[in-house]
Amino acid sequence: MIRLGDVHKAFGEKVVLAGLSLDVPDGMNTVIIGGSGSGKSVTLKLVVGLLEPDAGRIEVDGLSVPDLDRDDLAELRAHIGYVFQFAALFDSMTVAENIRLGLAKRGLDEDTIRARIEHSLATVELSGQEDRYPAELSGGMRKRVGIARAVALKPRYILYDEPTTGLDPVTSAVIDRLMQRTRDLGVTGLIVTHDMRSAFTVGDRIGMLHDGVIRQVGTVAEIQATTDPVVRQFIEGRPDDVEPPVRRSAS
Amino acid sequence: MLANPALSIQRLGRWSTDAARALADVPTWRPLVFAHMRRLGVDSVPIAIFIAVFTGIVLALLSSYIFTGAVPLYFVGALVGKTVMMELGPVLTGMALAGRVGANIAAELGTMRVTEQVDALETLAYDKYAYLVVPRVLAATVMFPVVTSFAMGVGVLSGWITSINLLELSTPEFLKGLRLFYQFKDIWFGLVKSASFGAAVALMGSLEGLRTSGGAQGVGRSTTRAVVLGCQAILVLDAFWALVLL
Repeated sequence: MIRLGDVHKAFGEKVVLAGLSLDVPDGMNTVIIGGSGSGKSVTLKLVVGLLEPDAGRIEVDGLSVPDLDRDDLAELRAHIGYVFQFAALFDSMTVAENIRLGLAKRGLDEDTIRARIEHSLATVELSGQEDRYPAELSGGMRKRVGIARAVALKPRYILYDEPTTGLDPVTSAVIDRLMQRTRDLGVTGLIVTHDMRSAFTVGDRIGMLHDGVIRQVGTVAEIQATTDPVVRQFIEGRPDDVEPPVRRSAS
Repeated sequence: MLANPALSIQRLGRWSTDAARALADVPTWRPLVFAHMRRLGVDSVPIAIFIAVFTGIVLALLSSYIFTGAVPLYFVGALVGKTVMMELGPVLTGMALAGRVGANIAAELGTMRVTEQVDALETLAYDKYAYLVVPRVLAATVMFPVVTSFAMGVGVLSGWITSINLLELSTPEFLKGLRLFYQFKDIWFGLVKSASFGAAVALMGSLEGLRTSGGAQGVGRSTTRAVVLGCQAILVLDAFWALVLL
């Protein structure tokens, strides 16, 4: 389980997180929604130890991430897959080499590595693309390779940073299906996005990050029925100067 | 940095610990060293030779101009040999490679930083220093002396060819001058210097690359800074080795 408690993070004068608390239950997809620059990606980087919090608790499987030494952090990261917003594939390596890199670090034998590469590419429907370079792939394919790279490690958790941003609706639906499929395999997902269609499709729980704290957290139905004006405005995608639609009762 | 000595010492301590850990992570950096040796070293030979050819020519002509009427002309060989081996070979080659290698490393790692490839590497449980910095620094430390030794040879050769064709100096006279003050130390002094230049240039390039922020502009800034710092480091180390070894 991932637990964030009263997490604070600022970059210089800019306060990004101001007491964020959130539990990410095992075996579910938890989605963090929020506006651009609200600290969603920072939250993911804190979970995996790429950033250190100014204050607060960040625990993964009961381990305090900020207190782990380099070796323990590497050990923890072996159980966490990370899908970056722009895939972050190594552009000097082929698709297969990108996936191989993480597997080789775990000391797996060559047959196992090859099998994992094939299986993970099949999972993201990219079989036969092993020898292509990232520059030869579309944005959607790069994201799917990023997911394959994470899935190949057989992690307990996968963190998705804006997985559908910038993709066409069909490719977004493919990515959504992949996130649901990994959840069904028992992998806990923590997804940050401002794509509400995707959030409602893949999320089991949704938390709204606003002003550095989780404004509301609940199931998809609870968020859809929210009366909180800030959450309501965000999920409706309504600008500040537009009045909310009048809700008529059934009578 | 100097404004807060405690913070500087803390950073230095953390950096030293990181460097020691990265060096100990041999399985990560060992497979990468040879590829970097080829890329940073072998591919730099043509530019080093180009510089050395013209350095040899100019040195021969310049020394002839200075010596004529005052010092026997065979001293041209001594001056060309000593200067190319001890100073201009290592320093000019180092400067050229600071531009080529330092910029290359800073731009590559800077781009990796701003496109989150460095973060991706860390999430795959790799030590970024062991994977990105150590193989480049080791490759440059080994290959700068190799490239410099080519430059030394070519520099002396072009000085000799210039002398016998343009200065009416015979080969035995040139060789007499070359042997006159020659010591084996001349060569290893130049090679030790160039090894330190290689380490400094690669280190500056790597650290500046990893510190990059702010997209394409940031990569440009890091690249420029890496080249400037690399050149400065070469001059400082040049003076240091002269003080220590001469």
